[in-house]
This record gives sequence, C-alpha cells and structure tokens, in this order.
Amino acid sequence: MSFETIRPSPGYEDILPIEYRDLIEHGQYGRDVKVTEMGKFKELIEEHPMCAGCAMTLFIRLVMIALPNPEHTINVGTAGCGRLAISQANIPFIYGNYGDTNSVASGLKRGLELRFPNQAKDVVVMAGDGGLIDIGFQGLMHSWFRKERFTTIMLDNEVYGNTGGQESGMTMQGAVLKMAPRGKVVEKIDALGLARTAGCAYIARIAPTNPARVVRTVRRAILIAREIGPTYIQAYTSCNIEYAIPTPEVMQDAFDIEKERYGFHEEMTDEAKEYITRIEKEAKQKAKA
Amino acid sequence: MSNTTAQVAGKPADWVPAGDLQEVKDPEWLFHEAPREQIFITGSEAAREAIRRSNVDIAISYPITPQSETMQQCGYLYDEGFIKEYYRGEEEIGVMSALGGSSRAGVRSLTATSGPGLMRGLEAISSWPGARTPLVLLNMCRVINTPLAIQPDNIEISFLLNTGILHAHAENQQDFFDYSIAAFLVSEEVDVTLPAVVSVDGFFVTHARGNVKLFDEKYKIPPRDGWRSAVPAMDNENPPARISRDAPIQKSNFISYHMHASWQQEVFAAVERSAKYWRRYIGDLVEVVNPDAEEFFVSSGSAVSQAREAVRQEEEKGRKVGLVKVKTTRPWPKNELIAALKNCKRILVPEFNQAGWFHKELCSTMYGNIKADIIGGPRVYGGMTMPTEMLLDWLKETRKAAGEKV
Repeated sequence: MSFETIRPSPGYEDILPIEYRDLIEHGQYGRDVKVTEMGKFKELIEEHPMCAGCAMTLFIRLVMIALPNPEHTINVGTAGCGRLAISQANIPFIYGNYGDTNSVASGLKRGLELRFPNQAKDVVVMAGDGGLIDIGFQGLMHSWFRKERFTTIMLDNEVYGNTGGQESGMTMQGAVLKMAPRGKVVEKIDALGLARTAGCAYIARIAPTNPARVVRTVRRAILIAREIGPTYIQAYTSCNIEYAIPTPEVMQDAFDIEKERYGFHEEMTDEAKEYITRIEKEAKQKAKA
Repeated sequence: MSNTTAQVAGKPADWVPAGDLQEVKDPEWLFHEAPREQIFITGSEAAREAIRRSNVDIAISYPITPQSETMQQCGYLYDEGFIKEYYRGEEEIGVMSALGGSSRAGVRSLTATSGPGLMRGLEAISSWPGARTPLVLLNMCRVINTPLAIQPDNIEISFLLNTGILHAHAENQQDFFDYSIAAFLVSEEVDVTLPAVVSVDGFFVTHARGNVKLFDEKYKIPPRDGWRSAVPAMDNENPPARISRDAPIQKSNFISYHMHASWQQEVFAAVERSAKYWRRYIGDLVEVVNPDAEEFFVSSGSAVSQAREAVRQEEEKGRKVGLVKVKTTRPWPKNELIAALKNCKRILVPEFNQAGWFHKELCSTMYGNIKADIIGGPRVYGGMTMPTEMLLDWLKETRKAAGEKV
C-alpha cells in the first residue's frame, strides 16, 4: 500500500472523516513510532468493545505499535476476545472460522508472495489460547512444520473468555473454571516447547509489563518471519473477568504472574540471531546518521 | 525478502517454468473456436489437462480416494512450472482454510477432494461464499462414511447446494475438462466473485477413460486479476478501513441482522448472476434430447449417461423418450427446465444417491409450473452402478401404473 494509495486525493481531504485524516497525517504509516511516544500519534486501534481493565487490549495496542510495516500488514484471527479489538484496527483483518488461523495465514502469505515478490507483506496471526492450542492445534503445528513465514501471537488468558470462562489447554492445572468443575486435571500445555520442537525460528514468552520490550519482541518476531521462518510469541494477557482480578489490580497481577511463572524468555535459531543482529545494527547506524 | 520459491529450488539456472511458455488466449476463442484434438483419457487426466491450461497460481493438496490422483498430478504440473505454488496441507480443514487465505491474497487457487474430505472441510468450504473468495474445488464424489467405503455416491452434493457456492456436475470426462476451466473464469467475474465446485461421480468418470477433445496445451486462459473482484483482496493495496465500527456482526447488535441478511442476499444473487457466464463457456445450462417427448429423464452427472443409453434403446423400439441434462445445479436452471418440461406428462429422476437431492430440487422448483408427474427414481447408492435395464424397468412400471401400454 503506497502512500499515494492511502493519502486523500487533493480536494477530498475535507470530505473524509477526521479520524482518517489523523491516521494519515499523525499515524504510524511510513514512520517508525516508539512506544514512549504513545499519546503523541494516532494509534492504529483506539476504540474497542473490550472489558474495562482488559490486559489483552493493552497488549494488542502494543502489537499494533510494534508492526514494522503496518501499511503492508494483514492480521488473521479467530473467535475469541482478541478479535473484538483486532477487528477495530486500521489493518486488514481476516476472521475466518474456528481455529483456522494458521491455515488461512499459510495460503494468504504464499499468495501474497506470488503476487508481490518485491514487497514484503507481513502476516500476523493473533488469536487466543483456545483458538490456537485447542481447536487450532493442527493448523498451528503444521504451519510451523512447513516453515511458513509468518508470526503467530498467542493471547494467552488461560481461559475461553469470549464464550464465558471455560478451561482451555493453556489453563493452569487445578484451576476451577466452567467445564472443569473440580479443577483442571492436566497441566498447562507447553506450547513453547512445541514451537521449539517444530523448529520455529524465534520463540518468546512475555507479559505486558514492559511496553518497550513487548514492542521490540513483536518487531523481532515479524522481521524474522519475513526472511527466516515461523515465529511464535506467547503473551500472558489475563482475563480479569473470569479470574476475578479487580480492575485496578490487573497490572499488578501481570507483574506477579510474570515473576512467578511467566518471566520473559526469548530464544532463536543461529540464523535468526545473525539476521536480527545485523538488521538491528543497521537500524541503529541509520538512526545515528 | 527472499523470493526463492520452492518451485525454482533445485532447478537449473536457465530453467523456464512451462507456464511461462504458454500463450494467453481469449477464453471464448479457446472454448468455441480453437482447434481441438481428441484423446482417450480418464477423468482424472482430463482434470489434469484442464488445470494445465487454467493458469493456476496455487494448488493445495490433500489425498483422499478417488481424488488423490488429480492433486498429485498437480504436483507434477507444479514441478514442470504450470502451477506457481503447491503444497500438501495438513488435512481438509487446513486445506480449505488455506485456500480461503490464498484466494483472499488475489491469486488463482485450486484444490480437490472427495466425500468424507468434503465433509471434514465443510465449515471452511461453506464460509468461502460469504468471504467472496473466487476459487475452484474439484469434487470427485464418494460415499459419506459410515460404513467405510470408497465407492461413488453423490450424496455430498446435497451439502453444497445451500452454501452460496457455484456448482457444476460433470457427466463425463469431456465435461470435467470443460467445466473445470469454465469454473475459474466464472468464479472470478466481478459480479460473481464466488467459489465454484465442479463435481464428477467418482470412479465412473475419474478412473474410466473417455474421449476428450482438448485445445492445445500451448494455450492458457488469462491469469486471475487480483484487482478485479466484488470485494477488495486482502493485499493492503487499498486505503485502510475498519471492517466493523461496532462489535463484529456475530455479536447480534441491531444492525447485525441487516448486515448478515443483506450479505447472504447478495451472495445468492451473485449465484444467479453467474448463469450468463456459465452459458458463455458451456452453452445452455440444460441439454435437451427429444424435446417433444411426453416422458423425460431429468438428472445430472453420470445418471445422465445411463439415461442417454435408455433413451437410445427406447428409440430402437420406436418409442421417443426425452432427456434433460442439468449442467449446473447452482445456479439452478429453473426457467430452462420449465421450458423443456412444460408439455410432458411424466418425469423420472435417476440418481446416484439415497436422499434424492436432485428430485427434491426439481419438485420444489417445478411445483405449480408444470403438470407432469415427477417420480423420484430410480436411485442407486453406496456406489452401486445403475444398469440401463433398471431405467427401462422403471419406465415400464410407471407406464403400467398409469394404465398405459408398456
């Protein structure tokens, strides 16, 4: 999407909604925004119907800020809370069927590479724990096995939030939720281990406690996926409704869970490390110049 | 960005994809004027030859009998360079979903499946029309398990009829070649922008040989133009837009009902609009034999071939029996059927399935429009063959029941 495509034609500026003009004049397109600038630029996502205090929404906002090339990014999602916010962003969003994200993204990415061989088009799957590890498990794993070049971000709130609070594969053992009246019997699935086994080029576990780190992590994942292979981010994005976390304590919960069992973790293949080191160095040199 | 696709990996530096050597020709010329050579090939081979000439961008495969041969042939076509991208998906939900993705990217997309595979992928398949994804699915009909069988039975077509998908039912190898190429062209028309399925009765056609007239493989149809469609491709070449200002339409706020209803209305209107394009390539949507007959067989697919033979044998005995072959069941050629059947007194509907989906379609649309008795049968299912004698016996019995001379 070139700027000539998104820029209003001369004479039409006044007809377009102020939101659109702000998006073009003060948004992220074509420039590298920093998370510290939040509030000083028009974000890709502003309105959303999410619950008050939703940590997932904060994380999604940070993901949008992190997109290295938003004008050439397509988000893919599935049923779940996340898509309620993701669909509000000024980024094309595909909501297909239940658990189909990584299959859709595989076809989409390959199709885009055919049509636009000289323009990177970033495909980002952003879906919940249930959507990816339960109903989407087969598509998820096979997209990794096939080394599909897109990023998968799990919005891990450890519950089926949108359907009213049922246990998922990512729920911690013992948690009492709907469909687990006596507490979840088995352990939380080790999705990070599965990503490692499947050969993901970049894997990260993160909680939304450090916005700059979230942005850096997401950006790395997308850039590596462009060139090297599949990348996976697992983000703790608590559900304050189903886990009864008082709204003012949502961020404290994120810090607590991070300290207890969701500490920041990043790993990548040698090829990915060499690549990301090189391009981050180049970016720094460019910024200095 | 790395542009080295698997297609060129391992090929010599001077390798030229075979598709690049083909010449794009006007589809109407290819269908109606281009010289054709007749060869004796199976239905699966006819599909392969159609795909070779269809300028396919991406084919995503998954094996299932009796379809497997077609998608493995696509692998060879890919290796030769007739198809630009190809891979085996994880299973049918994955394949049908991926096809939804590739079509949204604006590239010409193809897959094929059979009975149980169609059932498995049905959630994704039935979402294609609403997503307005032009693509082609070749469906080699097979029983729906259980009990497990691989035999031909076309009950699966009934599951497709109310999805908003375009559907053509090939009678033989020649149809399979022609309809498959036409399906891409019709599917991608701007005022259609819908997926198309071409079904053929498994084994009877896929694994049997028949005469097929092919235009030269040096020609291919024009490529899909990703810019031409009823909805924008998901390619970020359009101004950014929020899909929904309010919560998504699944959340049942007041406007949702209208959005969903109008969207469906438009999908089914597009199915009807596709008729003119099908006609452009495959002619009338019905074929009528002995139009002045009083008794007719009306059907689609392999049942038509059996009925043809029954008509011929009746003719040998000096009796004129009519035949109407329906080429596309979506769009359903209601007006053509009324015109063909308005003066007849009796219709038999032979089918290769237990439920009689074709009979139901015919009855529901002919009701009040024609006076003929519409008899549901003969039917065979589970993969049984339909001997011509069976059709002749049914004719005899219905005449007897009506107090006529047999």
